[in-house]
Amino acid sequence: MTSSAITASGLRKAYKDKIVLDGIDLDVAAGTIFSLLGPNGAGKTTTVNVLTTLTKADGGTAHVAGHDVAAETKAVRAAIGVTGQFAAVDDLLTGRENLQLMANLKGLKSAEGKRVVDDLLQRFDLTESAQKMSATYSGGMRRKLDLAMTLIGKPQIIFLDEPTTGLDPRSRRTMWDIIRQLVADGVTIFLTTQYLEEADRLADRIAVLDQGKLVAQGTPAELKRQIPGSHVRLRFDSDAEFDSALRVLAGASRDGEEDLVLRVPSDGGAKSVRAVLAQLDAHYIEVEEFSVHTPDLDDVFLALTGRTSTKVDAK
Amino acid sequence: MSNAMTMLGRNFKHTVRNPIAVFNSILFPVVLLLMFVYIFGGAFKVPGKYVDYITPGMIVMVISYGLSATALAVNSDMTKGIINRFKVMDISRSAVLSAHVVSSMLRNAIGIAALIGVAFLMGFRPAASASDWLAVIGLILLISFATSWLTVALGLVAKSPESAGMITVPLIMLPFLSSAIVPAETMGTGVRQFAEYQPFTPINEAVRGLLAGEPNTTSTVTAIAWCVGIALIGYVWSLSTFKKRA
Repeated sequence: MTSSAITASGLRKAYKDKIVLDGIDLDVAAGTIFSLLGPNGAGKTTTVNVLTTLTKADGGTAHVAGHDVAAETKAVRAAIGVTGQFAAVDDLLTGRENLQLMANLKGLKSAEGKRVVDDLLQRFDLTESAQKMSATYSGGMRRKLDLAMTLIGKPQIIFLDEPTTGLDPRSRRTMWDIIRQLVADGVTIFLTTQYLEEADRLADRIAVLDQGKLVAQGTPAELKRQIPGSHVRLRFDSDAEFDSALRVLAGASRDGEEDLVLRVPSDGGAKSVRAVLAQLDAHYIEVEEFSVHTPDLDDVFLALTGRTSTKVDAK
Repeated sequence: MSNAMTMLGRNFKHTVRNPIAVFNSILFPVVLLLMFVYIFGGAFKVPGKYVDYITPGMIVMVISYGLSATALAVNSDMTKGIINRFKVMDISRSAVLSAHVVSSMLRNAIGIAALIGVAFLMGFRPAASASDWLAVIGLILLISFATSWLTVALGLVAKSPESAGMITVPLIMLPFLSSAIVPAETMGTGVRQFAEYQPFTPINEAVRGLLAGEPNTTSTVTAIAWCVGIALIGYVWSLSTFKKRA
C-alpha cells in the first residue's frame, strides 16, 4: 500500500468568531506515523475531531481510508480507531470488562471476543490488573487500556490525540514501543503531540501546527534543515591554530561562549563537513575537538512558531 | 439492538457498583416510608390508615429519587470522553440514551418492589383488584418512562456531574409539594394551589385511587396526559441536546 490513508485540503473550523483551523492541508501515507505537532490551543484536537467525524468542518474536504469524512461517516468510522486526549475508559468497569464492552459493541463472537481481550491484556501487560476497577489504575495503565480498547476491531488507521501527555518517562517509552509495533503491523498512525522529542522519535512526517495553520511540514530531518543555524564547531589547542583557521575557513566566526572555539556554518551533511576538514588539513591545522551541531526540534519549533514566525509566513 | 443490550449491561454494572445510586433509588424511599409512618404519620390527618395513604405517594417518590442517579450517569458519559468513543464506534445515540432510560426504569422497578414489600410488612392493605394492579403497573411504568427521558435530557444539558446533581433537585422536591405525604387540601394557600396544579398530585391521586380499588378517572386521565407530555418533551430535548453536544 502506497496510497494515502488520510488527506485533507483547506480544512476550516471556527467556534463563534474564534478561528481554530485556518486552511489545513494534509497527506498521510498509509502505514506511516504522521505527527501533528503544536502547542496547546493550536488546533490539534479539533483537527483530530474533524478527521474522526466527531466535528464537522466549516470548509474544506477530508478523506480518511478513501472515504469522505463529512458524507461517508459510517465507512470512515468502520476504518478508524481513536484514542482521545482524556482516557475514555469506563471507571466503574474493570480492565477486562472495558475491553469486553468494546468487543461486544464491535459485534465479536463471544469466543473470539474473549481471545482478543486476553491477547490485548497480555500484550499491554494488564493481565494482573484485569479484574480491578479501572478507576484504580495509574495514568499510564489507563492510557494503555484506552489504546487497547481502541485496537479492538483492528482499525487500519489510528488517531492518537496526545497519547503521552502527563505520563512519566517510563510509561511514555512503553507507549512509544507500542506505537512503533502498531506501525510494524501495517497500521497508519495519526499522532498529535506537544512534545518535540516524541514527534522526532516516532514520526515519519511531521506537520507543525500553530494557531490553526500549518507552518511547516516534512520529515524530522527536513524540518531541522529548514531553519538556519546548523554549524560545525571546532576547538583548537592554541591561539595560533585558532587564528589561522579563522583566516582559512570562509564564514567562520568565534563562538560566543568559549575561547578557542570556532563556528563554521554548514548544513551538517558529509560533503560540507569533509570540505571544512580538507581545508584544515591542507593548511596543517590541528583540530582538538570537532562536532556538528544540528538544531533539535525545540529550535525548529521556536523558530517556526515564535521568534521567526514572520519569516516562515513570508515563504 | 444488541448494542443497546450491551449498553444496558454496562449501566446495570454501574448501578450495582455505585452505592449512592443504590441508596438513593432503593433504600432511601424505604427509610422515608419508615420515618413518615412511625414518626410523623400519627400527627397527620388522612382518610383511612396512614400507611395506606402514603405508600402510593412513596411509590412515586421512588421514581423521583432514582432520577439523580440517571442524570449523573448520563452526564458522566458525556463529560468523561467515553461518549466520543461510542460515537466513533458508530453506536447510535438511541442505543446510548435508551439504555439509560431502561436502566433508570429497572432501578425504579426494583426500588418500588422493595418499597411495596416493606409497606406490606408495615400493614399496607390495598383494596385493588387484579385489573387495578395492572393499571397501577402500567401507570408506574409510564411515569418512570416519562421522567427518565426528561432526566436524560437534564443530564445531557448539565455542564458537569455536580450541576447534573443539582438540576434534578426540583424534580426530586416536587413530590414533597404534592399530595404524596399529606392531602393537598391540608396545605396553606399558595402551596395548596401549587400542589393541585403540578403533575405529581394527579399522578399520586391516580396511583392512590387505583390501589384503593376506587379509580379516580379525572386524576388518571390528567396523570397520563402529564406523562405523555413530559415523555415527549424529554425525548425531543434529549435527542436535540445529544446531537448538539456529542
